[in-house]
Amino acid sequence: MIESTPARLKRLEQARALVVALESGDDERVNDLIQDIGQVQESVLFQEICKLTRQLHDALTSFYLDERLTRLTQNDIPDARERLNYVITMTEQAANTTLNAVEELLPMVRSQSDRIAALKEDWRRFRVREMSVDEFRELSHTIALHFDESENQLEQIHERLTQVLMAQDFQDLTGQIIRRVINLVKDLEGSMVDMIRLSGGSGALPLPDTTEQAQLQIQPQPVPLHGPAVPGLDNDAVNNQDDVDSLLSSLGF
Amino acid sequence: MRILIVDDFSTMRRIIKNLLRELGFNNTIEADDGQTALPKLRTGGIDFLITDWNMPGMSGIDLLRTIRADNNLKSLPVLMVTAEAKREQIVEAAQAGVNGYVIKPFTAATLEEKINKIFERLGNE
Repeated sequence: MIESTPARLKRLEQARALVVALESGDDERVNDLIQDIGQVQESVLFQEICKLTRQLHDALTSFYLDERLTRLTQNDIPDARERLNYVITMTEQAANTTLNAVEELLPMVRSQSDRIAALKEDWRRFRVREMSVDEFRELSHTIALHFDESENQLEQIHERLTQVLMAQDFQDLTGQIIRRVINLVKDLEGSMVDMIRLSGGSGALPLPDTTEQAQLQIQPQPVPLHGPAVPGLDNDAVNNQDDVDSLLSSLGF
Repeated sequence: MRILIVDDFSTMRRIIKNLLRELGFNNTIEADDGQTALPKLRTGGIDFLITDWNMPGMSGIDLLRTIRADNNLKSLPVLMVTAEAKREQIVEAAQAGVNGYVIKPFTAATLEEKINKIFERLGNE
């Protein structure tokens, strides 16, 4: 049953030679043979040390990955959650601003068109001389009132339309925040793939192709710009335009 | 008066363009980052620049520095309209030679005030 590998055969040969040497009292030969046998063991030991070193190296790498994942889960993910909450707040505000303006605009436009329809009818009657002098006096007064009201209402309509226009700035600001969160998710994905690759050992999972690997390596790039300030998160940011103005005026602007 | 608006978000360019029209500036053109803005600036005929900071390709601060280093463009008034709100960034923009700094989100009145202020100061020089 015992397989006769070359290594085994060699050991057997060494053992026999050792017995022969011992029986013949050849001490020098005995020492040489024992040393030869020991060398085989040393090379086995060496291989074991290599294996241990490799494991230690992998453990250290995964420790670094643990750090990266810890940073992501402890700081970056809650930070992203806050930023996404701010996105919800901003989009909600923009929608409410727009809806409020539209709800105010619609009755204004409706009352304008009702007034104009009534005036148009009166004007027609005047043109075909169906109107008495008293009635015309009344109409003249109504027209003057209409001018005042229209002027006032058009100004209000203009104001509401500007509100609607400005409310659309949420798309830029939330877009910038969402882009940052997408980068964070990519970073997290990279760390997890690295983790799985290490803990699964070689061959446990198909390795990502080289282009993806290259991307993963450059991924934890620092975000060079800060983007829109989120209340409560970005404490060293200015709060409003007044802060900007006073900072600039302190610089001689 | 021809104004170039540079921002990577087209919605923001439209907002600024409409506000400028309200203020009586009807002649505006647009670019989506510094790289596309520069050829337009170098073609000539632009009197005022409104730019964002954070853009792909060439950022607003790099565009500003390039303009200030260019003999033909260096005196162009530049208003930065950006969400970048860190103090050191505002200082950085001031040092790079910006003429005004408006933080997003902004109001129509703020934009008007800053544009007028820049013209006032240029008129006094």
